[in-house]
Amino acid sequence: MSELRDLYQEVILDHNRHPRNFGELAEANREADGFNPLCGDKIKVHLVVDEDDRIADIRFEGSGCAISTASASVMTETLKGKTVDEARALFHTFHDLVTGKTEGDLGELGKLAVFAGVAEFPVRVKCATLCWHTTNAALEESADAVSTE
Amino acid sequence: MAAATSPTSTKLDVEAVRRDFPILQREVYDRPLVYLDNAASTQKPRAVIDAVATFYETTNANIHRGVHRLSQEATDQFEDAREAMRDFLGATKVEEIVFTRGTTEGINLVAMSYGRANVGAGDEILITHMEHHSNIVPWQLLCEQTGAQLVVAPINDDGEIDMDAFASLVSERTKIVSVGHVSNALGTINPIAEIGRLAHEVGAVLVVDGAQGCPHGAVDVQALGADFYACSGHKMYGPTGVGVLYGRHDLLEAMPPYQGGGEMIRTVTFEKSTYAPSPAKFEAGTPNIAGGVGLGAAARYLQSIGLEAIERHEAELLAYGTERLAEVDGLRMVGTARRKAGVMGFVMDCAHPHDIGTILDREAVAVRTGHHCAQPVMDRFGVPATSRASLGIYNTREEIDALVDALQQVREVFGG
Repeated sequence: MSELRDLYQEVILDHNRHPRNFGELAEANREADGFNPLCGDKIKVHLVVDEDDRIADIRFEGSGCAISTASASVMTETLKGKTVDEARALFHTFHDLVTGKTEGDLGELGKLAVFAGVAEFPVRVKCATLCWHTTNAALEESADAVSTE
Repeated sequence: MAAATSPTSTKLDVEAVRRDFPILQREVYDRPLVYLDNAASTQKPRAVIDAVATFYETTNANIHRGVHRLSQEATDQFEDAREAMRDFLGATKVEEIVFTRGTTEGINLVAMSYGRANVGAGDEILITHMEHHSNIVPWQLLCEQTGAQLVVAPINDDGEIDMDAFASLVSERTKIVSVGHVSNALGTINPIAEIGRLAHEVGAVLVVDGAQGCPHGAVDVQALGADFYACSGHKMYGPTGVGVLYGRHDLLEAMPPYQGGGEMIRTVTFEKSTYAPSPAKFEAGTPNIAGGVGLGAAARYLQSIGLEAIERHEAELLAYGTERLAEVDGLRMVGTARRKAGVMGFVMDCAHPHDIGTILDREAVAVRTGHHCAQPVMDRFGVPATSRASLGIYNTREEIDALVDALQQVREVFGG
């Protein structure tokens, strides 16, 4: 059970039950869809990027497992107010974290550190990163929906 | 061959069967493996493993080509496996058994060979709402190429075909009816013989996706009225990458080849080639010879246990499992047909199927989670995915209990 508890930390269960920044964003100027065909997870990320390249607002919609929903929820909290470059850097940091490539202090990751347990469950990495890939695509203004496969 | 029971005995000796499967000895996360993902792929008995290994150790050579001894022996073994599958499916002639890569290739073969030769613009192909993607997409491809229409018969809330609606959709325009014997997502056993009668009344052919039908009970393609019946080796305790397509002899004889290459020809010149008779016509290139030999061994292994005993064993387990799963708070079964094979699809109100799958895995309980290659079924029941426990010949009541205990862990983690 201990690895399961590491994966399903209270923060993750809470964000799954009560996702933050969930819903549409009428004034969004960047959007992208993400899909995991293996498990059917779907996500849509809406962003408002201001003239200083800063994420002024971000919301998400969709349905997915606890890891996917909580990851999207925590991501939106983390990215709000960050610049596009900072968001991209965080994506790399987060990806390293959930694939077990992060060593040492997790302090700088803030709340994202609760996803460290995902590294013990390789098949769940895609659940945790779908929202980040989708946000990345929105920031790149890519027209294609993101697929994990 | 290690026969767990004689074919005449009425009850399956599950402990003896379990001893035939070496993998059931292994542990997962320091616990005994509870393998409940049989609808995805079954484990292999010693008889199949030995047949494949022995083939490679003593016989390996290409078939239907060499005059040398090994080639002759390899050919004999491969053709003997074809005979085993003929007998297993109740076909009249060995020429009616075409080796394929599996069910998917079998259905694609029918769509591309029979379909392109016999279906045109304005014709209809009738399937049901519960089909696996492999019994949807090949027909969509055929429709795109021919201008035919794909017609989908509805299913009810229990996951059964609405037979009144089905009958009303069969018409003179219907050229092919293609239905799963047993639904992989819902477990429903479909009334194939009745569907066959409806198809034949209008001169349509009946194609049966037998991937989930073969492993769970006796199949008799003639009693079913199937014109084509496709199945996969790995779902009936045989190797992966091999399966067979049964096709009625007169239909196969009239059909154009599926792929071109060696083995399927009679003569080749640059001006024109002529084709071998069935089944060689549909078996271009060197087949999965060892896999075919293993599949023949699997068919005989299942017969040695007795298909009726298997059916009864799985029906008893299904009844027990359905009863036990009903004890789990917040669990809802998806697929509650009156006639069901050992497939239990379900959702829980507290957890997503993917999370359920991860927690069950850590309890050494292997189930499938996801859309089961049946997205329209998921849409029909308004769920993004389900968890699915599917039964096989070696499963026990204790393993059902382990599943239920693990589901209680899910409730504990998610506070359901």
